[in-house]
Amino acid sequence: MSNKQDPSLVVPTATGPAQAGPVFGSASGSAKAGPARGPVRRDGGIRLAEWIGVAPFLIFAVMFLLVPTLFLISSAFVDKAGHFTFQNLIDLGTERVVSAFSISIRVSAASALLGAAIGLAIALAVIRGRLPSFVRDSVMTFSGVASNFAGLPLAFAFIATVGRLGMLTIVLKLVGIDIYKMGFNILSFWGLTLTYLYFQIPLMVLIIAPAIDGLKKEWQEAAATLGASRWQFWLYVGFPVLWPNLLGTLSLLFANAFGAIATAYALTGSSLNIVPILLYAQIRGDVLQNPGLGAALALGMIVITGIANIIAIAVRTRAERWLK
Amino acid sequence: MAEPFLRIDNITKTFKDNQVVKGVDLAFDKGEFVSLLGPSGCGKTTILRMIAGFEQPTTGSIIVDGKDITGLPPNRRKIGMVFQAYALFPNMNVADNIGFGLKITNTPRAEREARVEEMLKLIGLPGYGKRFPFELSGGQQQRVALARAIAPRPSMLLLDEPLSALDAKIRVSLREEIRAIQRELGITTVFVTHDQEEALSISDRIVVMNAGKVEQFGTPFEIYNRPTTRFAATFVGTLNTLEAQVVDGAAKRVSIDGQVATIPALPAGLAAGSPIALTMRPEAVSLANGQHRDIVLDGTVSEVSFLGSVIRLKVKLGANVVALDTFNDPHTPPPAYGETVKVTIAGSDILVLGE
Amino acid sequence: MKASRFWPWLVFALGALYFLAPLIATFIFSLRMRRDTLTFDAYISVFSDARFQATFGYSLMVGVFTIILGLLIVVPAAYFVRLRLPWLRPIMDFVTLLPLIIPPIVLVFGHIRLYNSSSWLPLTNSTLGTDLLLTCGYVVLALPYMYRAVDTGLRTIDVQTLTEAANILGAGPIRIMANVIFPNIIVAVISGAFLTFAIVIGEFTMASLLNRPAFGVYMQNVGANRAFEPSALAIISFIITWGAMGMIQLLARFAPKTAPRI
Repeated sequence: MSNKQDPSLVVPTATGPAQAGPVFGSASGSAKAGPARGPVRRDGGIRLAEWIGVAPFLIFAVMFLLVPTLFLISSAFVDKAGHFTFQNLIDLGTERVVSAFSISIRVSAASALLGAAIGLAIALAVIRGRLPSFVRDSVMTFSGVASNFAGLPLAFAFIATVGRLGMLTIVLKLVGIDIYKMGFNILSFWGLTLTYLYFQIPLMVLIIAPAIDGLKKEWQEAAATLGASRWQFWLYVGFPVLWPNLLGTLSLLFANAFGAIATAYALTGSSLNIVPILLYAQIRGDVLQNPGLGAALALGMIVITGIANIIAIAVRTRAERWLK
Repeated sequence: MAEPFLRIDNITKTFKDNQVVKGVDLAFDKGEFVSLLGPSGCGKTTILRMIAGFEQPTTGSIIVDGKDITGLPPNRRKIGMVFQAYALFPNMNVADNIGFGLKITNTPRAEREARVEEMLKLIGLPGYGKRFPFELSGGQQQRVALARAIAPRPSMLLLDEPLSALDAKIRVSLREEIRAIQRELGITTVFVTHDQEEALSISDRIVVMNAGKVEQFGTPFEIYNRPTTRFAATFVGTLNTLEAQVVDGAAKRVSIDGQVATIPALPAGLAAGSPIALTMRPEAVSLANGQHRDIVLDGTVSEVSFLGSVIRLKVKLGANVVALDTFNDPHTPPPAYGETVKVTIAGSDILVLGE
Repeated sequence: MKASRFWPWLVFALGALYFLAPLIATFIFSLRMRRDTLTFDAYISVFSDARFQATFGYSLMVGVFTIILGLLIVVPAAYFVRLRLPWLRPIMDFVTLLPLIIPPIVLVFGHIRLYNSSSWLPLTNSTLGTDLLLTCGYVVLALPYMYRAVDTGLRTIDVQTLTEAANILGAGPIRIMANVIFPNIIVAVISGAFLTFAIVIGEFTMASLLNRPAFGVYMQNVGANRAFEPSALAIISFIITWGAMGMIQLLARFAPKTAPRI
């Protein structure tokens, strides 16, 4: 209550205006600004420690994250003899590669959009739907588990459930519904999307829940006193506020599905032609015959997930102009 | 008397097993500024939220301008509200926030913009329309929230502790501003606060509440000078309590730690020796610099707080301590700690309170 | 504001159906190895498989080394960035976001190309080198989660004041890190460790492309050749994941709570 420091009272008593900066700097929390400006630095030991502390991380990131990625990108432009070429990228134009990208993008987009929509609905239902709190708690806990339950076991579970001989398939057949005769196939676009949703939806729930918690109750009440219906509140306030988060999550879900390989590989072997499986086959098989094509495929994957993220960041920056 | 603008009829509210509002009847006039004052948990906010429509009364009804609005959803009540934490929509700029209620009612754009400009002038923030809430100070945000609430011309304005998140200085200037705007518009206003000074300074009338019930309803002058319950007396303002013993009930004489005084307001029929508590405001007590009132007591100064225009002294009278205010006279230094003084109290200023 | 709870309940119920059905179906499926009766034969078959024990043990080891290596590089970096080098924060955020954007298969491809037998650092020449490369790959995968967990842990304990207090009492940087900071963020660190473990234990792509005998590779093999064991493996994996996440939840209760500085 009484910690107000009137600047006009402080400055004249100090040695001069130049001193005022550091004084206030330390008061507001960035405590190291003051001493650092002194003529002699005496904390050289700490300074060295800072760099020794951060260096392993940076060196590791350069060695195992940045350089390998950049190296791959650059080798997409090099032929077997080591000369610069666009041939590898041109080779991506074959029907097989194009259709792989097409299926991959569609599966990733569909599972990201559906996952985001359903995840949002579930998160809204359990957080703002006035359901008992144990419902929310169990949904959040389960989401933590399910979002990490991906890869091979997930594929096994879905084969055991809605595969040709899966339990659910058989039970539905007993009551007269033959999903395979109706056109469903676990090895298809929708089969893969349905499976991916098992980790996409919980991931959405986990990421969006804090954002929904951030929607203040008073906003809805203020909107109501101003005459807005529930629906109008969501249209003008709720969704616009969540929007940047939704977009960011969407691109994350997209990248998540786009790079996933184990689930698809276990579900379909290499019969479903998606990009990661194609690349996997390239690396296993013809990496020596045509290393450039593999690199070009990898470049293609990075470009796609990169674009998804850049779009998200761009729209987000625009939408976030009202955020700090 | 004319029909009141807002009538609250025997309202109760029970959450689970906890009755937070226990049968409240109130009637406010049109254009009146009424404060609901009480400690947290006294039910004042619940009453406000029932007027707004966020809570349904368990029993009883709310009548505005002759119409029973008890069952009406909040978005059809045409009541403006300002919240403690501003609650501005973060995704809209100031102009869009203020214009939101008009947009919902499909007011034509030109009319809406004119009204927003008018509101910005009213709250002293012209030219701030394009800013976003995060670019404003707390006081500015709360003024925008006020403009947003009154822009659609509501029939009533509800203020839910709108000043408690602000710095002390801004709190005072903004409450004066709110009051000035309210007077200008003549809008019936219900103001919830736990700050008695705020309530006293701003209101036409005050509802003092405690534990889900109305303790007293009256003007600030009445509440402060003639509190009708012990709670109202102690919650509003500072109250001195002197423990005394009746010496002679018929002659209305009591002993305050050995010093005998006559109390005209002493209730009749008290036996000699029965304990009694005498209460009075600090300003009813003064140093006896020559002029004597009904009661004169000897004491020692136990605390001196220099507050600027006034000096608050605490004087020890045996086991009792009494607080009193003296004006700061630049030419006369106040009594020092430990100094012996005489204090004097007018018998008519002693409050006799029912429990 | 009396809103019907019908829709929230319906959404919840449909969600529960979608998420529980595969688990129940898979569990029942895994019990049907022997015709006309429900048995745990598939589980017995899995657990008694020597390759299961070997690959699970291998992945466990790699997981442990991933956690150790990850913590060694993440904790000091997160600490110093929070304390002294705030301008590095955007870079850290970007770097730790990258593994979520660059697909793991691309990463491991880059690793193979960069550290193959004819490169300047031929890690894939030896078994040990390949194991190290796999561990590094896993550290990259775990980086986003580990960094965030540790950073959140640091944020809640007011690192600055603790460090200054220890400094005034004469402690050097290593002592501060070991005796003051680490014990206070241990819960966050262990949470990050369990999350890392959940990610690494069944990982397939990297292990397979580096030809390491990991649990994920074994599962893939079983999946391609057996009928009932895969569903048993799915249930086992789900329980492991549940256990790891459950530990995190449990640990959250023991997290140190310091009033944040305003």
